[in-house]
Amino acid sequence: MAFALALMIWVITLGTVILFVGRFWWFPEAISEHGPSIDRQFLLTLTIIGIAFVLAQTTLGVFIVRYRQRREGRASYWHDSPRLEALWTTVTAVVFLSLAVLGQRVWAKLHLNAPPPGALQVEVTAQQFVWNIRYPGPDGKFGRTRTELINDVDNPVGLDFTDPAARDDIVTVNQMAIPVNRDIHVILRSKDVIHSFWVPPLRMKQDAVPGLAINVHFKAVKTGQFEIACAELCGLSHHRMRGFLSVLSEPEFEAWLQQRASQ
Amino acid sequence: MTHAVVTHEAPKSFLRRYIFSTDHKVIGLQYLFLAMVAVTVGIVLSLYMRLRLAWPTEKWPLLAKLFPQAMAGGTISPEFYLSLVTMHGTIMVFFVLTTAPLGGFGNYFLPIQVGARDMAFPVLNMLSFWVTLAGFLVLMAAFFVSGGAPISGWTAYAPLSAIGEIAGPGLGMGQNLWILSIALFCIASLLGALNFITTTLNLRTKGMAMTRLPLTVWAWFTTAVLALLAFPVLLAGGILLLLDRVAGTSFFVPGGLIVSDQILPHKGGSPLLWQHLFWFFGHPEVYIAILPGMGITSHVLSTFARKPIFGYRAMVAAIFAIGLLGFLVWGHHMFVSGMSPYSAIAFSLLTLSIGVPSAIKTFNWLATLYKAQIRFTVPMLFALGFVSIFVSGGLSGIILGQTSLDIPMHDTYFVVAHFHLIMGVAAIFGIFAGTYYWFPKMFGRMMNETLGKLHFWLTFIGIYAIFIPMHILGIAGHPRRYAETAGFDFLAPLQPIHVFITVAAVITAGAQLLFFFNFFWSIWKGRRAEVNPWRATTLEWTIPSPPPHENFGPQTPVVHHGPYEYSVPGAAEDYILQTAPPTPAKS
Amino acid sequence: MAKTVTSLRDIETIALGSQPPGRPDDGGRGGGREPQPSVPEGSYRLAVLFALASISMLFLGFTSAYIVRQGLGGDWRPLDPPAILWANTAVLLISSATFTRARALLRREAIRESLRWLAITGLLGLLFLLGQYSAWRELAARGIYLHTNPHSSFFYLLTAAHGIHVLGGLLALGYLALLGWRRRLILMGTPDRMRRYGALMGATALYWHFMDGLWVYLFILLFLWR
Repeated sequence: MAFALALMIWVITLGTVILFVGRFWWFPEAISEHGPSIDRQFLLTLTIIGIAFVLAQTTLGVFIVRYRQRREGRASYWHDSPRLEALWTTVTAVVFLSLAVLGQRVWAKLHLNAPPPGALQVEVTAQQFVWNIRYPGPDGKFGRTRTELINDVDNPVGLDFTDPAARDDIVTVNQMAIPVNRDIHVILRSKDVIHSFWVPPLRMKQDAVPGLAINVHFKAVKTGQFEIACAELCGLSHHRMRGFLSVLSEPEFEAWLQQRASQ
Repeated sequence: MTHAVVTHEAPKSFLRRYIFSTDHKVIGLQYLFLAMVAVTVGIVLSLYMRLRLAWPTEKWPLLAKLFPQAMAGGTISPEFYLSLVTMHGTIMVFFVLTTAPLGGFGNYFLPIQVGARDMAFPVLNMLSFWVTLAGFLVLMAAFFVSGGAPISGWTAYAPLSAIGEIAGPGLGMGQNLWILSIALFCIASLLGALNFITTTLNLRTKGMAMTRLPLTVWAWFTTAVLALLAFPVLLAGGILLLLDRVAGTSFFVPGGLIVSDQILPHKGGSPLLWQHLFWFFGHPEVYIAILPGMGITSHVLSTFARKPIFGYRAMVAAIFAIGLLGFLVWGHHMFVSGMSPYSAIAFSLLTLSIGVPSAIKTFNWLATLYKAQIRFTVPMLFALGFVSIFVSGGLSGIILGQTSLDIPMHDTYFVVAHFHLIMGVAAIFGIFAGTYYWFPKMFGRMMNETLGKLHFWLTFIGIYAIFIPMHILGIAGHPRRYAETAGFDFLAPLQPIHVFITVAAVITAGAQLLFFFNFFWSIWKGRRAEVNPWRATTLEWTIPSPPPHENFGPQTPVVHHGPYEYSVPGAAEDYILQTAPPTPAKS
Repeated sequence: MAKTVTSLRDIETIALGSQPPGRPDDGGRGGGREPQPSVPEGSYRLAVLFALASISMLFLGFTSAYIVRQGLGGDWRPLDPPAILWANTAVLLISSATFTRARALLRREAIRESLRWLAITGLLGLLFLLGQYSAWRELAARGIYLHTNPHSSFFYLLTAAHGIHVLGGLLALGYLALLGWRRRLILMGTPDRMRRYGALMGATALYWHFMDGLWVYLFILLFLWR
């Protein structure tokens, strides 16, 4: 029994390591400026906990085999060692807290700083079950919106056209485009319940909370088309709330905006 | 001076002996049976979920017979899937993981292990069970009301949970029943917690100093304190949520919401307030779920390693640290919620700190096995399994606890894998270890060893097969609570993993039938057990199996030894009962 | 297994301890065993202390909701406290004093007088609840209901939650009074039982004083804290 159990634990450990090292399914490639930093921190943490995982499970297996009941004789009565306790407490604390501190770096860069001046502003208003994307238009200002004016068919964000700034706002549904290599400032809102804006290759996730306007900023450094998924349970079609993020070159982006503006 | 509850003759009528009993042993069994019913429902629900995820468009005519309305047409619809998600989580967290380890084993064995004749307040104790049962029935009723069970998850985030059926099915009466059920559970918990705490502090028998308490008692005691302080906050939140739903208040619902072209009349509430209140309870709750299992694991490991638990004082300190820190880390569920990023950093640092006492416990469990003489009984297998699973589940917390890494991981299957391993599976292994360990004491018979070992092997392999691959789903970006992968290109390559997990889940769930069969068959047909089949040291092993009315004979025991005196050099046997006469050199 | 409690006499017995053998009105309990003391007296106080910790957490949850909500939208319109609330506060505070007097009288073994003051405490408690209800009626007459504005929501919520707990205290008082009245002769006979009854009363008093203090706290939070 002892050998079988130890073997099973080691096999499971090995299988787990292979699964994580083999990366048969893994993160998509990071396309944002801050993405690689997150990936590096993940890899560092994974390595450390991977070592801990292998050591702990291996030790468990070794002890199971070595200290299985054999012949007569007593176990060792040794059951206390303040030095050992102090040692492994200290090592654990140092490792965990170091990881904890390192793990704040990217977060601090992203969230403790305001969006850089000159960032392109995009407003994302989530609703059951689509993403409404709004650009401020040539005047660079978001026009006033009013809830009473909201009409899911032709005025999903409730633009108040009596406000001149609203007249050039560009609104799309589920189609978001941004220029590559430019700071983007996203303002997240919601019309009904909590949603969450999630683009895996961007390494960007933020809840969209009704009643709040939440700011995030990032910079995409690779072009391509990516899916926007909702990452907070929002109702029946939570699993089908799919948007598209196109990262385009500057001229392509301008053209894209122009095309939408004329609609 | 010995303390004891008033001695009465044992009741004669069936009703008062087995149904409306104030005896902590009967109440403990009632909780255990309730948990068994609940876990069966919970597992069945999870199987439906897994079938939907693996084969979303498949029809299941046989399974539809259980839910004829929800599965009209034979498929598992997205709305039904979400109600399954909600009810599975709610049932498992409350009516299994809080009920069995604490209400079940704690009620049965805490008084005995401290040398008391019953809990301090037996009538309150009885009430706490019946109110819990009422809560369970109210929750089950949600399946049968119009609209069905709620779809807002066990976390019931507002405004989705607050604005009624306009936001989705089940969010009408179903959500109200959910709130009522939780409220009843909160009250029942308080009544139970008062008993646990008072009994531990005041009803210990002569010689049972706090430093001689088994680690099971320390765990139940600390868990009860956590419950006492955490559940009222959930109750507060639940009341506010109910008022938002039925009384027109706006605690959690902001103004200007528009759903299906209807502007809602609420004004000025805060959805984040719900999250704070919920998680202030929710995080201690997960420690409530796991601490008793940790206590049982320590206890069982020591018994079958024939060694004292390593670092008894450190273990107690770790239990306290986990309990205390458990109240300070709730914000790690809310990193990307819109909460202040500064508080996020504070919560993150505190969260990683709580890994330290957990690691200490793991090291001490391993050190307990060092130079041991391990007997591989079924309870020992599950205790060893607990250690393995606790390591696996706990380490992924190091990733989730960091703010930066939570950005990609939050609300993905990585979280689901983490909490299932560290909370669900580990706690269940603790429950299994406790069941196989204490079955002889509760029923006077042994459970079948072969069936037990088979149950262990299938379960241990099965849960790893289910939950290790689930981490990969999360790393690849798969969000939680999705009824299928078909809506997104980036999820399509992950579908084979879902199929694999589902197959593993079905097999593992099936293996639990072995346990249920073994349990009930052994009650009637199991080999008769001696008083102390495991040669263990604590007080429950000094009394008959099953224990008589009021546990101890005319005189309550006097304790002379610590709880884990195994393999004491120079002793006649390799264990010393806590009640054995004092040895000259010992106090 | 212990018998379930079904009769008042059983409740009394558990509260006060089993009768010594030989007392004629007991129906003769089974012989042989020494009568065991009940739960140690300190347990009542301990249990109430922990229960109060739990109840505090409930109101702490409400308080944090109150503070957060107050800091949000501009629709926070604090009510003027209905005048009767001041009277209610006074009534509750006086009831704590009468309860203290009842306990002092019990310590001097003046059972009859002690029970009288206990009854007065109960009546004052009832008066408080009626006064709170009257405050609700006054607000309703002004057109202010639970959903009218966030402050009124909290007013109704907090007074209702507090009121339910006071009601619980009243039930405990009632039980205590009943117990004392029915068994006062026996109480006077045995110092053990007197002490135990005193412990029960002390634990209930602790709860009662806490409800008192809690009301003062809520009053300050609702009307005097800006």
